[in-house]
Amino acid sequence: MTTAKAASIILAKELRLEFRTRELLTATVIFALVVVVLFSFAFDPTAAESRRYGPGLLWIAFLFAGSLMLNPSFAREQNNETLDALRMAPISSFAILLGKILANFIFMSLAELALVPVFAVLYNLSLAGIVWRLILVLVLGTLGLTVTGTVFSAVSAHARMRELLLPLLLLPLLTPLLIAAVESTASLFAEQPALDRTWLAFLAGFDIVFLTASWLLCDHLLAE
Amino acid sequence: MPASIGVSFHNVEKRFGSLAALRGVSLEIRAGEFVALLGPNGAGKTTLLRMAALLMSPTRGAVQFTSSEAAVNDRVRAQAIVLRPEQLIGLVGHSTLLYDELTAAENLTLFARLYALDKIADTVATALDDCGLATRAGSLVRTFSRGMRQRLAIARALLHQPSVILLDEPAAGLDRQGLAWFSARLARLKADGCTVLMSIHARNESLDLATRAVALAGGRVEHDSGSAGDPRVLLAALRREQ
Amino acid sequence: MKARFTITALVALLIYCAGYAALFIAPDEATMHAIQRIFYFHVASWNAMFCAFFVAFYASVAYLVTGKRKWDALGVSGVEIGVICCTIGLITGPLWARPVWGIWWTWDAKLTSTFILWLLFIAYLLLRGLIGDPEKKASLSAVFAIFASLDIPLVYLANRLWRTQHPQPVIAGGQGSGLDPTMSKVLLLCIFAIYCVTILMLLDRYRLELLRNEAAELKFEIESRGLDASDSEATLAPQKGGQ
Repeated sequence: MTTAKAASIILAKELRLEFRTRELLTATVIFALVVVVLFSFAFDPTAAESRRYGPGLLWIAFLFAGSLMLNPSFAREQNNETLDALRMAPISSFAILLGKILANFIFMSLAELALVPVFAVLYNLSLAGIVWRLILVLVLGTLGLTVTGTVFSAVSAHARMRELLLPLLLLPLLTPLLIAAVESTASLFAEQPALDRTWLAFLAGFDIVFLTASWLLCDHLLAE
Repeated sequence: MPASIGVSFHNVEKRFGSLAALRGVSLEIRAGEFVALLGPNGAGKTTLLRMAALLMSPTRGAVQFTSSEAAVNDRVRAQAIVLRPEQLIGLVGHSTLLYDELTAAENLTLFARLYALDKIADTVATALDDCGLATRAGSLVRTFSRGMRQRLAIARALLHQPSVILLDEPAAGLDRQGLAWFSARLARLKADGCTVLMSIHARNESLDLATRAVALAGGRVEHDSGSAGDPRVLLAALRREQ
Repeated sequence: MKARFTITALVALLIYCAGYAALFIAPDEATMHAIQRIFYFHVASWNAMFCAFFVAFYASVAYLVTGKRKWDALGVSGVEIGVICCTIGLITGPLWARPVWGIWWTWDAKLTSTFILWLLFIAYLLLRGLIGDPEKKASLSAVFAIFASLDIPLVYLANRLWRTQHPQPVIAGGQGSGLDPTMSKVLLLCIFAIYCVTILMLLDRYRLELLRNEAAELKFEIESRGLDASDSEATLAPQKGGQ
């Protein structure tokens, strides 16, 4: 069976599991919202300040929410040792990892889609005319987040204190992504919205590097 | 008809840090044998089974799958099968290996897809029918009793018609009806020429099917009734399942 | 044994010479005077840090490819020593900055990147501490080390790109250019000396880790032999035929 087909089966399973309860998705959105609201106490968002700090705040909210949401990805498979059942099937390790990466990407994207309009309203930022470009930035940034986050979910599933460990491993690693995503977003919210090619290329590069690394190392990630 | 496959352990050692689970186990299980694996807790039975399931690799030594002499006519196919053994191994483990938040039918369908089986809907329906869970096909596994979960776990393991069946105390949690179904199922598998390696700690009907008994202790093979021997002596010492 | 003692003594002598050179031989810097001398060790520790982290990266890859425990031992040694060098650099930086510029810290590209590096490799050490099984500890921390190492150039690049957009006072930049010849010589001596110390510490830590592994192996052997002696008391239910 090809990796793509196997990954899509795993993806379907992940989606079915999550949409049955939607607990993780709901919790993620609410948590991100909480972060956004908390930040509003830290500074009084005038229009100029919103434009300046808004993007950073948005992406920090996504990173925090993401690093909590990504934990159960592999931790859940420890119930009833279902990961063993997946590993025993005639599919590659990368298919399992890829299926989960895609699932997390979809979940994170849905959370972001819910959050961005709310954020725009709370901080009086206009989304007019930049929606598609913003989606491009969100896609590239979220891809990097979910690739590395899913990998580290697999890593921390074997460790104690994994809820605390995952953010500790993930957030320092993601600082380049944070910078790139924030800058790209900021240039879209600027007075003259523009797509920053340099940072977008950087994001794409980041995604490619870590997706390749995940592919090369996936056997070691899932081994007993 | 699944191909006949045997399992060989060549001086297998497995360590987890400073804990030695297996210390030099050499065992050759021929295709079609029904081996009862005995031993106290901590003897290494689970580790041996998981190793045969290719879930972990030995610290030293090797696990090999061998095709039976009957398949010698189709040597190419036999070789190809041995190279990709996952398709031919079924494991009933300590845990159910089932997703609690999926229904019985969804669980079986998932694994039917992963194993690339034909006519998935029919296969799943037949399997559920066979283990008596057809009426609960659409219920979440979370709502099942222990016995029902175990029955589904066994059905899941056998779904892709494996040639090598590994069972880790499979009777645990099964009620009398479940045990009867399970024994009948095993009898059919044995008749089909499957190789069975089953660890048990108490007697039940399925033990009558055993052609060989191997007793482990402290990570080593202590007693082995052998491929040609009589397992009943070793099995007699087991107490009866309630 | 004797060779190790000799080498350690030589390296100690080297460090003493380097220290003396930095403190007394190098000329006084025009604007910063005495405090500037910390620069010799500050720069040297950055170089040593990168060297150590590179060793860790190489060892991690080697471990995943070969599966030999010695590479894991080298990997953790590299990271630990690297973290030490990084800490030295991060402490000497503010110690230098405070008297000279009046600020303890600035979020300039280099400092920020190095701080993140420190966090990444501390995370590696934490990860190791939180995994019990030695095999998993080795392979998972190797995977993380590779990810972290791949991130290093990205961190530096991102910070550099970002800071050129938002200029900040640069602390450690520009020192390499236009150095007094004596200063250059002293700098090279210090870099060499710190390299030697780092390599020595690395090798010692590596040896320590190998010894720890060996001790665990021996303990295992003893336990398994001990188990043999008490086999006759093993509580296996079936009766032995004929006894």
